[in-house]
Amino acid sequence: MLNIPCPWCGPRDETEFHYGQEAGVAYPENRDEISDELWAKFVFYRANPKGWHAERWVHSAGCRRWFNVWRNTINHEFGESYKPFEPQPKSPA
Amino acid sequence: MANKRLRTVELPEHPDFLWTQKSPKKSYDAIIVGGGGHGLATAYYLAKLHGMTNIAVLEKGWLGGGNMARNTTIIRSNYLWDESEGIYEHSLKLWEGLQEDVGYEMFFSQRGVMTLAHSVSDVRTKMRNYYANGVADIDSEWLTPAEVKKIAPVVNISDDIRYPVMGATYQPRAGIAKHDWVAWGYAKAAGDMGVDIIQNCEVTGMIIQDGKIQGVQTNQGDILAEKVALVGAGHSSVLAEMAGFQIPIQSRPLQALVSELLEQVLDTVIMSGMVHVYVSQAHKGELVMGAGTDAYNSYAQRGGFHVIEHQLSAAVELFPIFERAHLLRTWGGIVDTTPDASPIVGLTPVENLYLNCGWGTGGFKGTPGSGWVMAHTVATGQPHELNKGFNLNRFKTGHLIDEHGAAGVAH
Amino acid sequence: MSKVTFKFDGKKYKGKAGESLATALLRNEVLHFTDSAYRDRPRGVIGLGHEEPNALVYVDSGAGEPMIPATVVPVVEGLVARSLSGAGYLPDTRDHSRYDKKYKHVDVVVVGAGIAGLKAALENAKVGKDVVICDEQDRPGGHLVHLGQEVPAELLAVLNLPNVTYLPRTIVNGLYDQGYSVAIERRTDHETSKVSKQKARIRTWHFRAQQTILATGAYQRHLVFANNDLPGIMLSHSAATYVARDGVDVFKSAVVITVDNQGYRDAIRLHNAGVQVNAVVDCRQSASGPAVDAVRAAGIEILFGKTAIDACAKKKKGTVKCVNVGNLDGTESACIDADLVAVSGGWTPTVHLATYIGVKPKWAPELAAFVLPAATKWLSSVGMVAGDFGGDDSPAIFFGPAQTEEQALSAYVDFQRDATLRDVRRAIKAGMQSIEHVKRYTAIGTAHDQGKTSGTITMGLIGAALGKAPDEIGSLTFRSPFVGIPFAALAGRERGQVADPVRRTPIHALHEGAKAPMEDVGQWKRPWYFPNGKEKLHDAVLRECAAVREGVGVMDASTLGKIDIQGPDAAEFLDRIYTNMFSSLKVGASRYGFMCGVDGMVFDDGVTTRLGENHFLMTTTTGGAAKVLDWLEEWLYTEWPDLKVYCTSVTEHISTVAIVGPKSRNLIAKLSPTLDVSNEAFGFMENKYADVAGIPARIARISFSGELAYEINVEAWYGAHIWESVMREGKEFGITPYGTETMHVLRAEKGYVILGQDTDGTQTPMDLGMDWIVSKKKDFIGKRSFTRSDTARAGRHQLVGFMPVDGQVVIPEGAYVINAADAAKPAPVAHTGYVTSSYMSAALGRSFAMGMLANGAARHGEQVAIPFGGKVIMAQVTEPLFFDKENTRRDG
Repeated sequence: MLNIPCPWCGPRDETEFHYGQEAGVAYPENRDEISDELWAKFVFYRANPKGWHAERWVHSAGCRRWFNVWRNTINHEFGESYKPFEPQPKSPA
Repeated sequence: MANKRLRTVELPEHPDFLWTQKSPKKSYDAIIVGGGGHGLATAYYLAKLHGMTNIAVLEKGWLGGGNMARNTTIIRSNYLWDESEGIYEHSLKLWEGLQEDVGYEMFFSQRGVMTLAHSVSDVRTKMRNYYANGVADIDSEWLTPAEVKKIAPVVNISDDIRYPVMGATYQPRAGIAKHDWVAWGYAKAAGDMGVDIIQNCEVTGMIIQDGKIQGVQTNQGDILAEKVALVGAGHSSVLAEMAGFQIPIQSRPLQALVSELLEQVLDTVIMSGMVHVYVSQAHKGELVMGAGTDAYNSYAQRGGFHVIEHQLSAAVELFPIFERAHLLRTWGGIVDTTPDASPIVGLTPVENLYLNCGWGTGGFKGTPGSGWVMAHTVATGQPHELNKGFNLNRFKTGHLIDEHGAAGVAH
Repeated sequence: MSKVTFKFDGKKYKGKAGESLATALLRNEVLHFTDSAYRDRPRGVIGLGHEEPNALVYVDSGAGEPMIPATVVPVVEGLVARSLSGAGYLPDTRDHSRYDKKYKHVDVVVVGAGIAGLKAALENAKVGKDVVICDEQDRPGGHLVHLGQEVPAELLAVLNLPNVTYLPRTIVNGLYDQGYSVAIERRTDHETSKVSKQKARIRTWHFRAQQTILATGAYQRHLVFANNDLPGIMLSHSAATYVARDGVDVFKSAVVITVDNQGYRDAIRLHNAGVQVNAVVDCRQSASGPAVDAVRAAGIEILFGKTAIDACAKKKKGTVKCVNVGNLDGTESACIDADLVAVSGGWTPTVHLATYIGVKPKWAPELAAFVLPAATKWLSSVGMVAGDFGGDDSPAIFFGPAQTEEQALSAYVDFQRDATLRDVRRAIKAGMQSIEHVKRYTAIGTAHDQGKTSGTITMGLIGAALGKAPDEIGSLTFRSPFVGIPFAALAGRERGQVADPVRRTPIHALHEGAKAPMEDVGQWKRPWYFPNGKEKLHDAVLRECAAVREGVGVMDASTLGKIDIQGPDAAEFLDRIYTNMFSSLKVGASRYGFMCGVDGMVFDDGVTTRLGENHFLMTTTTGGAAKVLDWLEEWLYTEWPDLKVYCTSVTEHISTVAIVGPKSRNLIAKLSPTLDVSNEAFGFMENKYADVAGIPARIARISFSGELAYEINVEAWYGAHIWESVMREGKEFGITPYGTETMHVLRAEKGYVILGQDTDGTQTPMDLGMDWIVSKKKDFIGKRSFTRSDTARAGRHQLVGFMPVDGQVVIPEGAYVINAADAAKPAPVAHTGYVTSSYMSAALGRSFAMGMLANGAARHGEQVAIPFGGKVIMAQVTEPLFFDKENTRRDG
């Protein structure tokens, strides 16, 4: 049961959240022009690092807002959380 | 309860000799990165069927210590799509002769796997699966709740549970095996044929020239190879990144648990996707259960306890006789999940570098088939008909093999 | 303590209430407790608590236990237990005990109420922190409890502080990320008087703590020598406790085999309790300290540089008769008589909890033990587990003497698994070098006790064999839980009908009153059909369908997901979400829409109504509501923060009663006299506000059956009133309530798809023949995926109709379709499609089906074959539209 730092509500139990994979993957602007390969990257490919990972969560059973947070996938330690469109803080690594 | 004191089944002893811990040679014809079930099976079939014995299996920890040591050992082939039916059925056929082929006891037990349906739409989804298997000539039966009860009397088929059992698919040829014995059987047989098994050897980089693999860097030095196969299960993303490409994989914790040794009450395997529980009773008597994956990416080999609690709540509903059993041990593996819940087995953007990953929760059952097609792919440089569809390219074309099973409930 | 009677293996014994079953049996001279799992070796108790590897029992009284160490079973009046050999039983009776759970946020959790734990609790409580202290024993003191000594009053006082919660009989079983721990409190098994049924037998505690302090102490190890498993050979600390504290007086003489000063302390306790201690055998060359001095002063012989090589059993009883003592290399041994051999093989700190979250214990050679490293952010340790052994001891790193091959056969490492030194040697010879491999090769550490006493020994033995230190062959890791937990305890109260929340519409009670069988749709209960008396599904559905097509039916549509969407950019937002256009929708009008995932596959559908310029009400599938709301919000928050749109779930706010059929206009007119129901005034897909049965309602002319239909939407709490009014006022029109099954048939007759039934996440709108719903004028989520090579490919599976040649045969849903040419072929045979919906139709007077077919749109008119139930039936491929193809009925 992770304790996830929602930037609006503070730390809450994992069961209040849903996971959203890698943070900051932008919806391609020029969708009609990009190759199938690049489009596939957006649709299916997300970072999967062993170590610090900038990822998205949504506080579904709380404020229902999305946010981003650094988390270490080796030991589940959390780094800084940040709101959507806020600049990404440096990796704690 | 019988008056006589219950005896637990004793497994036979492992053989006197299993394998020698080797140091890496300077170069090999092929290197297999990952000494789990799939890697060892790949080595075995490369040596046995393709005559490639100047090969090495590199394992970063101890042999068979990843997901091979952490799964719930279910074996079945009743998948939905042609491609999956093909590879898993081939795998099941290999399982059926594996102990003799490899020359190692594996406790392969065809005790049947039952997949329960709990709602009208769940029944519909499972019926489709049943008919799909029928045209593919994969043994599959449809069971009414009464038939479920006949095969597995401990299942609660009454109406007064939250999601009553409404039927089940049943594959009689499906079953279980003992994971360590499988890994060790492959390892021993491969070692006996001259394959170098190198433990505590972690790959730290790939040696690539002009888009062609030349070897790998490891904590035991550089090792050159004509061909390299990445069969690193939970660490496939990390390995692919070393080779300079990305794969559509998310690594998630998947937990499992066992009880103490108990008198046999269940001699088949029962799965229920809707309430997230799958259970079998192993040879010695422990209940072996698995749950759903945890939600987030992780390499920690552990998950949240609430997942276990939820699973046990479902388990005692379906199997009231389990309520006194003890949760004895829990553990987590790392499952590579792909967008379509099907594996990636085949070529990569790097020449002579092959990839086998993304088996999700299906890895154990796929072990022989996976090793077999991977060996073919490495030996010939081309995918076999059976793994053709499991290419990396499908994410670009959209030709997915969607095995997420239940398509959701909607009206 | 009061005297009680209990039964063990069918025989009656007396014991003291509250003591452990192991103590009571020892007192009754039961030394040979059971036979081992595989080798039939007689075995007795060796430990004091959960580390006990041998003395497993099945408890048949109270709530029952399939398999539990006798050392932790409290003796109460009427206890019935029997010995086990390695495997337990699951009785086929229900356990009616209550199990509950508590969740607590706390500053500090201290695990263990020994001296170290109490001190830690005191320090934290003094500075005002909220402290929970859990301990497995029934009283505080830890080791002192074993010694029968009082806890210093100033330490005991901490338990009474208002900011301290002390939980006895509570084992912290798991430790998780960010200071989460799970503890199991056994609340009733020890109680001698009748226990209220309301009181939970076991409570599962969930703690979230700022700090977790492990004060878990240590378990004693045994030594590995031939016949070390004979009854009467015990861990010295346990033996001394049974004898000195509990007054077990069945041992006359003893020999202590030790690697540390603990053996001396226990020798003195035994001696003081009247046991004749024949020798203390110490593998070290010398020893010093108060306990050593005391042993000398008591005149007990000390043999240095010696250890136990072997032991012999009494012929009849099978318990230990003497121990063969000699040099560490196994030479020069001689027997010393003893009916108790007390073994002190060193301490193994209870590091388990820390290893669950990846902490690697470090080998401390000076303590001959694995101890926990320094504190992390939220986890620290005190006492023995932190390496504070509190004395001047210098234990030997010694796990057993040299043994011949024959001796090794009976030199047990893991008693419960009957695993011996010979097994470890074989494993190493076979090429096993890692502790994990040796464990798997020998099964050591896999029994109920999880290697609490054998773990370090195994590592030591492998290390010794390979010439390495114990920590060089792997790390000492364990897997949670610390001790077994009954499944029922973890299931807690989430069983039966509350295993998962049940969602009911406000009309539900009326459906139940009508005896409608319910269908589970997600968490919702929906009426499946409304039988007339004993009518079965098939007949009820034909009747309901006919009634709708000919008269008027009524359905509870309240479960459809409803999302209120407001804001100046709401229309733009919907244009991006739906494949079709919504910005062009007029206020007061409704439109059916599809939404796709980014992969271009249809994932939900529903009718959305424009209630105002900037105000929409979206409906979703019943099962998809939460998923869709998440989807909308994800895009708004993470991609389009510039859009001013707010989404609110209003599913439960609104009751929806659909009246459907040619006579629905008459009925709505009757129910809502002020409403102009003419087709000109109130057209298809329009909405009107009017009172219905006296209640303000929004009436929508939406149809999912092709019939003239009205959906009456009211505030949720008026739902039942509307339903009752419809039933009452509809009587004259033959009003017929219908359920989900009839709804399915009616829509299928019109070729309307049900997502999740006719789709499985692999269909584009075009695959469903619904190109018309895909706007060419705008972009929307998923559009880009349509041009991928496989998605754009001709010949994909497309939605078609299947008309069985024999109109009385209903094809099973899910059946696979093969080419007619293959009809006679046995499996395996290539398939070309599958059936997703299939029914008997009252309106058509025959069966019909829909499904997906490869290149289906181009194959209308073709015959295909469908094998099922041992036969093959032929069916004609048609367009997926079966009834009222010209859409003449929707306006009445």
